Amino acid sequence: MKRWTPYLLSAPSLALFGLMVLLPLALTLALSFQQYDVEVGVKGGFTWAAYVHVLSDSYYYEIFLRTAWVAALTTLICVLVGAPEAYILSRMGRPWRSIFLLVILAPLLVSVVVRAFGWSLLLGPNGVVNQVFDALGIGRLRMLYTPTAVVVALVHVMLPFMVIPVWTSLQKLDPMVENAALSLNASRWTVMRRVVLPQITPGLLSGSLIVFGLSASALAIPGLLGGRRLKMVATLIYDEYLHELNWPLGAAIALALLVINLAVMLSYNAVLEGRYAKRMGKA
Amino acid sequence: MKNNGPLALLFHACVTIFMLAPLVIVCLVAFTPENTLSIPWGWSLGAYSTRWFKAAFEHSDLMQSFWNSLGIATAAATLAVALAIPAGIAIARHEFAGRNALNGLLLSPLIVPHLVLGVAMLRLFALFGARGSALWLALAHVVVITPYALRLVVAALAGLDRSAEQAALSLGASHATVFRRITLPLMLPGITGGWMLAFINSFDEVTMSIFITSPQTVTLPVRMYMIATESIDPMMAAVSALMVAVTAVAMIVLDRLYGLDKILVGQH
Repeated sequence: MKRWTPYLLSAPSLALFGLMVLLPLALTLALSFQQYDVEVGVKGGFTWAAYVHVLSDSYYYEIFLRTAWVAALTTLICVLVGAPEAYILSRMGRPWRSIFLLVILAPLLVSVVVRAFGWSLLLGPNGVVNQVFDALGIGRLRMLYTPTAVVVALVHVMLPFMVIPVWTSLQKLDPMVENAALSLNASRWTVMRRVVLPQITPGLLSGSLIVFGLSASALAIPGLLGGRRLKMVATLIYDEYLHELNWPLGAAIALALLVINLAVMLSYNAVLEGRYAKRMGKA
Repeated sequence: MKNNGPLALLFHACVTIFMLAPLVIVCLVAFTPENTLSIPWGWSLGAYSTRWFKAAFEHSDLMQSFWNSLGIATAAATLAVALAIPAGIAIARHEFAGRNALNGLLLSPLIVPHLVLGVAMLRLFALFGARGSALWLALAHVVVITPYALRLVVAALAGLDRSAEQAALSLGASHATVFRRITLPLMLPGITGGWMLAFINSFDEVTMSIFITSPQTVTLPVRMYMIATESIDPMMAAVSALMVAVTAVAMIVLDRLYGLDKILVGQH
């Protein structure tokens, strides 16, 4: 009896996840191989047509490439802003540290739609940012419905996901190590490079992973700030499913996105573990 | 004493402004008396107006979506916690074959993009004839918010001192009594924190819901998304401001209850 307790305890959640995660994903895989006809819709049968269609049309390459660089740029900016910010936060005294940690993390709990709307107000043709640019003599810029707006808003949404893991790995850094290095005449720069950076590298890597994955599949931000013309993979899938009604094609693209996402995560993990194993081996 | 230099503080100020700017602007524009998206300005009260809040409350589609969201998030968070407590106990306290696989499956909605889950569930719903059903929509929400509830339940169990349970058992209490009288009360902060985090995530969810809601079950974020893609008026700012306000209240409650930094940092 005792042996079965954990299985009994997890049976309800297992049943729900089997029904609502594994089964739908399997159905979507099957759907991506079905035939599609503009007149009749999904026809059944087996065909590679959807995959061939995606792979043979440069239109889709362009969208995948654009999504990849928007996600990569978002990740890079999040690293460049999030890591120093987490470090600055960790060096603050009470009570400022917890107050500002909340200020940085709290937007996580506000709906993405609200935040996208806020950015469309800020970046619009008569928005606050353009008024500031005007006053500074830069002149008004067209930002809304460009990749700039999408990247800015994505950084806003993703930054907490970078600050959290870096912050967590900084908590394990004993400040005395920094002080020891300084007292041994290391420059601030050397301390950063030799003490702080190696400590936060795992946090940076796992943060980048999350940020890249979430940015590449974000729908609301490119949908609201990228406009009709600036298509990304997520908005493409949305259109195929809800406007074009070509579900097999949408399913193929969605699965491609899932596979690329998982591949990036797994290879990243493998690289990360390989590097750490090597370093441990040397030491 | 560790100190940040002036450059570091300037950088920090810029990041803080960047993070707060879109939320602040939404709350300001919400009070405009104009028909355009302008920021109200001036010392007199006449420069501000609550007409757009009134408009939002009188917008029947929006209100319908608000009640939909409230009901679905309440039901989904409750069910997610009800599933996460036994599953969390199995994961935190038992060694069994398939434990890692179970943990991986239950946390998978954090890795599988919500977009992919959305289209996958759309297919399921289409085959089951479940489109338009609030029950199925709530079940879909349970899936994406269970990871949050599970993490807090597992964390609560890991931080729990087991000596009280052992004392009760040695004094002849049954396993059921020990669970009901000792384990559950000790887990309560984690459970409440998990419920609220699950509730907020369900209430805010848009990417998956956009695929599986139907005209009767449209949730508030999806409704807002649909309105925002067509036209933007100050009423959207008013609704957004209300959502920011509700989130702020929920945050304060969560913070008092459990420590918000612990919940948010513990997420990853």
